[in-house]
Amino acid sequence: MLPRKILSALLVLGSISMLLASAGDGAWLKNVPEKERTRANPLAEEAESAAAGGKLFRQHCASCHGEDAQGKGKKPSLRSEHVRNATPGELQWLLTNGSMKNGMPSWSRLPEPQRWQIVTYLKSLQ
Amino acid sequence: MSIPSFRSPVLLRWLLLLGLLAPASRLRAQETYFVTYSHQMEEPGNLELGTKTVAGSPRGGNPFFAPTLEVEYGVKTWWTSELYLDGQSTAGESTVFTGFRWENRFRPLLREHRINPVLYVEFENINSADKSLLEVVGHDGREDFLGRNDRSEREREMELKLILSSNVRGWNISENFIAEKNLAAEPWEFGYALGVSRPLSLKASANACTFCRENFAAGLELYGGLGDRYSFGLHNTSHYLAPILTFAVPNGPTIKLSPGFGLNDYSHGALFRVAVSYEIEQFAEKLRRH
Repeated sequence: MLPRKILSALLVLGSISMLLASAGDGAWLKNVPEKERTRANPLAEEAESAAAGGKLFRQHCASCHGEDAQGKGKKPSLRSEHVRNATPGELQWLLTNGSMKNGMPSWSRLPEPQRWQIVTYLKSLQ
Repeated sequence: MSIPSFRSPVLLRWLLLLGLLAPASRLRAQETYFVTYSHQMEEPGNLELGTKTVAGSPRGGNPFFAPTLEVEYGVKTWWTSELYLDGQSTAGESTVFTGFRWENRFRPLLREHRINPVLYVEFENINSADKSLLEVVGHDGREDFLGRNDRSEREREMELKLILSSNVRGWNISENFIAEKNLAAEPWEFGYALGVSRPLSLKASANACTFCRENFAAGLELYGGLGDRYSFGLHNTSHYLAPILTFAVPNGPTIKLSPGFGLNDYSHGALFRVAVSYEIEQFAEKLRRH
């Protein structure tokens, strides 16, 4: 029957939208392995780390997340509660793996110390 | 054939659009290699414009240079599509357009692993005068470059690559296995490309700088043919070793240089490659806005 088919299609679409919305809202955190979650940022105390991270952020992240990290269009803000509460290890994991289903690419091309510098910068925003 | 006038409103609109897009574009250090591919994909929505040129002087033949125009687009985080337009110019002969290639790269695993596979599918429609040397397969060698420019033979080929790539402690290590089939009745041909590269500095400096070490990467490529299905192996084909230097100009283009050295008599003695690429971030979004 047509109405049932339409209803099913709407339900599927709704579920997908909710899934994507929840993923953009910190659902990726559930995927972070415990070992990665508890990693400490080795550059957190380095004097110039946040400034270097800010430079990298403007080069690589600002086109999607905005110069002020407030988000842009459908791309999420990085000043959100999820990012504020995320551990440095969780942010490093996200930068390394991305969240490809949601359009966030992997930044493994950047050397790990540069990813830690970005993490330091993101934490300095909170 | 009508030549576009600078007063043409369509051309003016395009020039204006490019002018609006360009200042917002930023540096993105893309592929470090010339022949080898890593698992690095174009970011979704980004458009990269670039040229790759190879120049050589085969023993017994005329010096040549072969520029390739590249347009690469990030369709999804796991799918990158690229169009190449090839041409070449040979001293004392002619300058010719040799054809096009359309490649697609797919990353099946959506997370970073120790070894990251990428599947590569390319359709080539080039002619027999092509000298772009974007890969070496089968029994490709210096002798293919000795005849005068001849465009009479059209080569419609399907090329498949298995790309394996790892990032370890700042190093990228990539291995490509190539299989190519001329869609006319010719056998499968095989090739390989291996690459290793590293940025000169793993940490970024806090200040804006053009010539700081983090903007440079150095690498080495080894590539060559593996024969065809009837005579598989490293013999009767060419092999090259090529160091690479990449310079990503902040807020500007990425420039790559690579002298390549032939490792046997089938190879060119030396090849010189240069590439310049420029990335326009979030191209589709900017198009919509303008």
